[in-house]
Amino acid sequence: MTELPTSTTRKLGLVIDLDTCVGCHACVISCKGWNTENYGAPLSDQNPYGDEPMGTFLNRVHTYEVTPEDGPAQTVHFPKSCLHCENAPCVTVCPTGASYKRIEDGIVLVNEQDCIGCGLCAWACPYGAREMDQAEGVMKKCTLCVDRIYNENLSEEDREPACVRTCPAGARHFGDFADPDSNVSRLTKERNGIDLMPEMGTAPVNKYLPPRPRDASPLTPFLAPVADEPVGFLGWLDRQLDKLPGGSD
Amino acid sequence: MHPAPSVIVFTTFSGLGFGLLFWLGIDPSPPTGWVAFAFFAIAYALSVGGLLASTFHLGHPERAMKALTQWRTSWLSREGLCAIAALLVIGLFAALLIFFGIHAAPLGWLGALLSLGTVFTTSMIYTQLKTVPRWNTPLTPALFLSISLAGGALLSGRVTEAYSLLFIAGLFQIAWWRRGDTALRNSGTTLGTATGLGTTGTVRSFSPPHTSPNYLMKEMVFVVGRKHTDKLRLFALLLGFVVPPILLALPMPHLFGALAVLSHIAGIAISRWLFFAQSEHVVGLYYGAR
Repeated sequence: MTELPTSTTRKLGLVIDLDTCVGCHACVISCKGWNTENYGAPLSDQNPYGDEPMGTFLNRVHTYEVTPEDGPAQTVHFPKSCLHCENAPCVTVCPTGASYKRIEDGIVLVNEQDCIGCGLCAWACPYGAREMDQAEGVMKKCTLCVDRIYNENLSEEDREPACVRTCPAGARHFGDFADPDSNVSRLTKERNGIDLMPEMGTAPVNKYLPPRPRDASPLTPFLAPVADEPVGFLGWLDRQLDKLPGGSD
Repeated sequence: MHPAPSVIVFTTFSGLGFGLLFWLGIDPSPPTGWVAFAFFAIAYALSVGGLLASTFHLGHPERAMKALTQWRTSWLSREGLCAIAALLVIGLFAALLIFFGIHAAPLGWLGALLSLGTVFTTSMIYTQLKTVPRWNTPLTPALFLSISLAGGALLSGRVTEAYSLLFIAGLFQIAWWRRGDTALRNSGTTLGTATGLGTTGTVRSFSPPHTSPNYLMKEMVFVVGRKHTDKLRLFALLLGFVVPPILLALPMPHLFGALAVLSHIAGIAISRWLFFAQSEHVVGLYYGAR
């Protein structure tokens, strides 16, 4: 059913720490590895060794540069997967009922047997979390590794999403946001976790921890600049070259 | 948004077909016999042809019937149901006119209402998407409905109605374009809100997550077609809304009437191409594009 549950018993999701992520893409690979051979259709690749490879991934890592008003630019690696929104627009637009949000844990899933591959859910998602598999013609998305987290054939420490299990930096955390004392709830509170595109009204469950403020020494302004004006012969050359037509920039 | 030919064909022709069905349904003295057959055949060819075209872009067309189940939340599902109901009701209305010469007026009114409902539900599929600010406005259903009514009037030879409706539809078209040009900016969604890093400073996409375009970029970050926007808008406006009334004023109504319809269809097809090609999906922001 594409009607969203009014509330879910648990709210399983991820906390992604933008301060800690090193942008290694290990989560992307482990996600693809696990999900291509487990839940649903495999994640196909098109032209994987050609000049324009394309494939289905459920998790992608962007990299951004953030330049504050005062201070140097900072690189931020930004992993992005389904945020398992409480008010998931991808679910309500689905004409067949293939997309649904689970009442027991809030995971948003696609029943691939019912998916007609119309692509409307991917249009409705502001985050680009859904990708149509080009070989199978059905919509693929993060399942929060629903086939790992409840899997009693796996050892206890493996019962978490593949991306969380593999992250070498510990930048990804998995837990229940409905429990105020869970690891993810506490992290979100302590580090002022944020929602992506809150103006869309999707109420995402996954939270992002913004980068911590960078250290700045109070002595910085008094330190001598490293790159000085050239002196001596180089200084003379610099000034002469400036005088030529075209001048200095 | 990627302008898929199947969706452009679908919205252009089915809009026209359901517009024609509306006028046939409310006609106080509708045609009977062979004339009725010809009108309804054209209307069905357009509306059913358009609906079939829309299934071409599905990954699994054989499961299309499942799309009728989720009418409680899904505009796409509502559209499917509305279209089938309209075609069934008008089909009965048409059969009575063609074979028995019976005019079952209430059946026609119901069919006309369902035909307009189909165009409205089609437009709501786009209107509901907050992720595409250019579409997310009541002007979208106004545009779709007025174009459908104007096209139907034109196709059924209702010259007086066609004049005024083409004028109204043209005005909605201009208003829709004008609003659309600032829609993304006015939506308040930026790379800053998309990443949540906007409060720290200016955000710039430094390196994308993959080296060549993926499904998301091919489907929702279509930018190549925006170059000739102004020229295409002019063509759409002239062919769709300005040329047809001029042709209607000329003698030889059958010849110039047919040309007016063809000109209108060409204009609307261009307008629909722009409807997709120009529209920005907010996911493009993550890629530093729009």
